[in-house]
Amino acid sequence: MAEQPRMPIESGTPDAFQYMHPLFQRNYGQWAWHERPRPGVLRHVAKSGDEVWTVRAGTQRQMDVYTIRKLCDIADEYAEGFVRFTIRSNIEFMVSAQDKVQPLIDKLLEEGFPIGGTGNSVSMISHTQGWLHCDIPGSDASGVVKSLMDELHAEFIREDMPNKVKISTSCCQINCGGQADIAINIQHTKPPKINHDLVSNLCERPSVVSRCPAAAIRPAMVNGSPSLEVDEKKCICCGACFPPCPPMQINDPEHSKLAIWVGGKNSNARSKPSLHKLVAAGIPNNPPRWPEAATIIKTIIKTYKEDAREWERMNEWVERIGWKNFFKKTGLPFTRFHIDDWGRTRHTLNTSTHIRF
Amino acid sequence: MGKKKHDTPLLDQLESGPWPSFITGLKRLADDNDMMVDLLGQLEHSYKTRKGYWKGGTASVIGYGGGVIPRFSEVADMFPESAEFHTLRIMPAPAMHYTSDILRKFCDIWEKYGSGLIALHGQTGDVMLQGCTTENMQPCFDEFNELGFDMGGAGPSVRTGMSCVGHARCEHSCYDTARAHRQLLNAFIDDLHRPALPYKFKFKFSGCGNDCMNSVQRSDMAVIGTWRDDIEVNQEEVRKFVAAKGRQYVNENVVMRCPTQCLSLNEDDTLAVDNANCVRCMHCINVMTKALSPGKERGATILVGGKRTLKIGDLLGTVLVPFMKLETPEDYDALQELAGNMIDFWAENALEHERMGEMIERIGLGNFLEGLGLEVDPDMVAHPRANPYVRLDAWEEEVAKWNARQAAAT
Repeated sequence: MAEQPRMPIESGTPDAFQYMHPLFQRNYGQWAWHERPRPGVLRHVAKSGDEVWTVRAGTQRQMDVYTIRKLCDIADEYAEGFVRFTIRSNIEFMVSAQDKVQPLIDKLLEEGFPIGGTGNSVSMISHTQGWLHCDIPGSDASGVVKSLMDELHAEFIREDMPNKVKISTSCCQINCGGQADIAINIQHTKPPKINHDLVSNLCERPSVVSRCPAAAIRPAMVNGSPSLEVDEKKCICCGACFPPCPPMQINDPEHSKLAIWVGGKNSNARSKPSLHKLVAAGIPNNPPRWPEAATIIKTIIKTYKEDAREWERMNEWVERIGWKNFFKKTGLPFTRFHIDDWGRTRHTLNTSTHIRF
Repeated sequence: MGKKKHDTPLLDQLESGPWPSFITGLKRLADDNDMMVDLLGQLEHSYKTRKGYWKGGTASVIGYGGGVIPRFSEVADMFPESAEFHTLRIMPAPAMHYTSDILRKFCDIWEKYGSGLIALHGQTGDVMLQGCTTENMQPCFDEFNELGFDMGGAGPSVRTGMSCVGHARCEHSCYDTARAHRQLLNAFIDDLHRPALPYKFKFKFSGCGNDCMNSVQRSDMAVIGTWRDDIEVNQEEVRKFVAAKGRQYVNENVVMRCPTQCLSLNEDDTLAVDNANCVRCMHCINVMTKALSPGKERGATILVGGKRTLKIGDLLGTVLVPFMKLETPEDYDALQELAGNMIDFWAENALEHERMGEMIERIGLGNFLEGLGLEVDPDMVAHPRANPYVRLDAWEEEVAKWNARQAAAT
């Protein structure tokens, strides 16, 4: 009889306690307050009087095993062997005494890991896989992020923004990537070019038709074989047809551009959560350092920093000064494409005489 | 080993600057791993031509239907060593805690079977082991599995969950996010490993309204901590804060920033709170961490339907349960039961490739509530209907239900 294959142990999500700093275990659910003694450092005090000091450092997210081992060495030698990662790929080292903080910071800086990302800073950019590993990307992700974080490094290591600034990138228009104070996303500008020879072999045509948000795709016979056709007048160039049907080539070295969105907010603090809004588009997808996108991002951040009041998140600042002033102060053009026309959009228009002069 | 590296003039430009460089890391891997030599070659080719060259396919491990993201190179003739470059998604512990010991073990296994490239973490919270051949998938997974780790979700399935640091370190945490995360994910582990749902389904767990997990924007079921008694005020600490910052600062940055105007600074530098009008937004607590904290009667608000663009546009989650107590094991079981009911209803009623939020948009929240046996509540809406296009034949019945509930509650 053939050897039985090993079946998986369906253990699911592991128990966190076995990997948790002992002070976290001992004071679980019993914390009293915290403060940030300096950017990149958190001090949490428990009801028991225990204290834990956290040092937060930026990473490249896409990490080689040598970098991870280096971080482990630092954790063992300068911290207490316990780390955790944040949602934005920052690493946190926890120590039980204040006097361990500075040597840990010094070592991390010596090894090239910036200290920051806490409080009212620009934290690390959450991002997708891009050309490195995705099957549908219009751009790279890690490279865009490396370039932008080089430019925004000074705001990562300080806490002097009006409020937190969270940035995300996405290398397609519709799938991954997140809502954020500033989002840099691919925006295609031409309909897909169809490789008709491959459609019938690779694509389940009804599901491609149903995937289209604009109902612009129809089954068709092309050159005697079943394929698909796109009504280019209806097509909104979103690329939704590409993942289920790779012959619907949406990515284009020239016409896949970048767009920048502003004012997404997940937190409930003060105002309700909100979705980000389009502010700039037509930006060239220009590796290896995407300078045109970086210039616009830096302008938006600088304007926000100078003009917003303390604790105003990006969207709250724009709400207060009005979108007209946002475009005026940032120097970005306002076009007819900024007016939403997808679905029921009348509520996005100004139904008042509230106008700033 | 020892394959000559490709020239990478574009990628080389990403090695300078103050931020840690992933390219430097990839090159270090390429010193000892030919797969990474060709991976760098393909990435440079993408940078030059501004196009991606990976295609999907099928790859898996025995016993599971998902969790492996297969990648085959379309330019394998130029870069043969990275022709197969699959990703394994591995679920970390809630809030991504690690010992240095377990991370070293990850590195050792991954160095043996794969490229040595790990993303910490993917957008849905997985450890992404990127760059494995088809042949090595199974032995690599087996070793991670023996170490106590399991495959994450992919495809039309329950996906890997995410939770904030929560009770482990945060005083704002209103319920045990790690417990809810682990209990719910492991209750639906079959739906995670064997993709058979209409589309993806994401759970995210945030301990308070700051929603550090972006759950309202990024999850089909967002569990966000809150409290329903009074905010806790330490007036002595309020006085100290006012003494340190001044009355004007406190008025401008705490009192006036309250979205429902329920704060006022008394003449004696203590704080008055109109708790009945507080919406638990967290702002004042964020600013005055020592003086203010969430109340004692804690639990969560459940929101459903958050997602990104495809197909009908970006959706924020909306309130399904305004308050759910989360203290006892029975409370957590009730949360699990609610999630199960939601997934079952969605699995039966959604169209193919339709997320939870899109289905609710199509059928209406009222029908969804009826399907789940949940009662309607004014906390579910920003405002009531603003148009008369509705049949109200059953108005009296619905009013009677409301009145009965109100009577039962008093």
